[in-house]
Amino acid sequence: MEAILNFIQGHLEMFYIVILSVFLGVEVISRVPSVLHTPLMSGANAIHGVIIIGSIIAMGSVKPDDYLALVLGFIAVIVGTLNVVGGFVVTDRMLEMFKPRKGVAGKDEVPKSKPLNK
Amino acid sequence: METSILSVCYLIGSVCFIIGLKMLSHPETARRGNQVSATGMGISILGTLLLYRTDNGQHLHNYGWIAGSLVIGAVVGTRAARRVKMTAMPELVSIFNGMGGLCAALISTLEFGRLAGGETVLHLLIILAGALIGSISFAGSMIAYGKLSGKMKDLTFPGQQVTNLVVPALILLLSVGLLCGISVTPAILFYILLALSLCYGVLFVLPIGGADMPVVISLLNSLTGVATAFGGFLYNNQVMLTGGILVGSACAILTLLMCKAMNRSLKNVLIGSFGGTKAAALPGTQGTYKEVSISDAAMVLGYAHKVMIVPGYGLAVAQAQHTCHELEKLLSDKGVEVKYAIHPVAGRMPGHMNVLLAEANVSYDDLLETEQSNEQFPTTDVVLILGANDVVNPAAENDPSSPIYGMPILEVGKAKMVIVNKRSMRPGYAGIDNQLFFQPNTSMLFGDAKGVLQQLINQIKAL
Repeated sequence: MEAILNFIQGHLEMFYIVILSVFLGVEVISRVPSVLHTPLMSGANAIHGVIIIGSIIAMGSVKPDDYLALVLGFIAVIVGTLNVVGGFVVTDRMLEMFKPRKGVAGKDEVPKSKPLNK
Repeated sequence: METSILSVCYLIGSVCFIIGLKMLSHPETARRGNQVSATGMGISILGTLLLYRTDNGQHLHNYGWIAGSLVIGAVVGTRAARRVKMTAMPELVSIFNGMGGLCAALISTLEFGRLAGGETVLHLLIILAGALIGSISFAGSMIAYGKLSGKMKDLTFPGQQVTNLVVPALILLLSVGLLCGISVTPAILFYILLALSLCYGVLFVLPIGGADMPVVISLLNSLTGVATAFGGFLYNNQVMLTGGILVGSACAILTLLMCKAMNRSLKNVLIGSFGGTKAAALPGTQGTYKEVSISDAAMVLGYAHKVMIVPGYGLAVAQAQHTCHELEKLLSDKGVEVKYAIHPVAGRMPGHMNVLLAEANVSYDDLLETEQSNEQFPTTDVVLILGANDVVNPAAENDPSSPIYGMPILEVGKAKMVIVNKRSMRPGYAGIDNQLFFQPNTSMLFGDAKGVLQQLINQIKAL
């Protein structure tokens, strides 16, 4: 019990971050149109790739002659980078498609269709 | 000095994530939002590489290894993301998510191996939690990938639900054992736990139907976020904590939103009720359907005033979005009013149809959501359904025993005529028959969406 209290006391700032971030995440997402569900999921997916920082730290703290740990860390950094880079690029690709029509909506060759006389 | 600069880097990174996520939830700012979060990520990573000091004040070692793996990851990631077909995107998101989970699990394994003894139980708990959640997320995402790409079928076996309760209970029990130091060889217990959570990830996703994969991926995304947050605790790292928790909570809400769009409870999705009701629902519907020929369909479409296109999974599989846009342009040029009715869960992921049609340059204004579409169906001459099934199934409205009962659907039956393009009479994802196909104003047009659309275009041009 005392250990838990000490831990909370020692990481008080982190607990505040957790609680506030939970509410922030909920608040930011709750009014998203369904059009954006897939890009949003993908974007969020890229953001949790921040785990890569952990893998860099872990890798950087390994003794240079501990080969098992080096290999584990090596794989960890690779997959972490995959998550980050791949995630952001694929999200960008999805969103890229939404963009041109928004920017040059007037010039688009798709005519605003109205029931004309035939 | 360096440590304070690093703290500022992390602060900027966290703020970028929050702003980026916020911007991602509006169509106009979405793309910039993604770039903002990417920038935040870049700053945090670069800061860590250059400025991080370990507890005893040393710089990081093994820069060669780190640089090598960063380059490999970046090249492979970019190539995969650039090359993937738009229809295969959900799978890729699932893979990337799995990679994040694997990363979390590997970090925890590494840190577990470096334990010197004498750490507090809480420290051990944080490492263990990261490892378990990470591996569940990894294994689950890989199965989700297999299902989305069609490499894997739904699998149910007797006693599945019991197994799915026993395995997590076992994991919990052994974890408590490990934390209390009951085992003499904690390392072996740790690896057993890792293996068990990998198994649980597989077992957990295996029975869930392909149609529910988006919900599952969103849930696994949320899990990876939580695993990342544990990493944040482990290294006392604020940006990992903020990013992880933010994604954890955002994706948890997104999961619920998706369930709501399909009018199903999360519990329902996870237990996989579709499997159980399939047998009962199938023999319920009998009847005759009528077919329409390509030329008749072309005639009807060409001389209609207003046509609504309902795209679905079949369109995505046939990659017919460009051909579909061509048909739409052709009809518009002939003076037909053409709109798209997009159900929130049409395609493979919520919003997937919008992305696909956007790829084919379909105007954003022509895409109508369920409610708008339902207002317009009564004044529509022809509804052209391209490979959609469950989202237009009237059973959702009038058959309380149907597994999709209560899901908001596109009420296409209100239009004067409905043309349904499907490859065969096979039921859709939910495994239930569709009464719509047997209604008097419905005609079936069998064939691959792309081929049928191309023939329709040729015929309409010849009108």
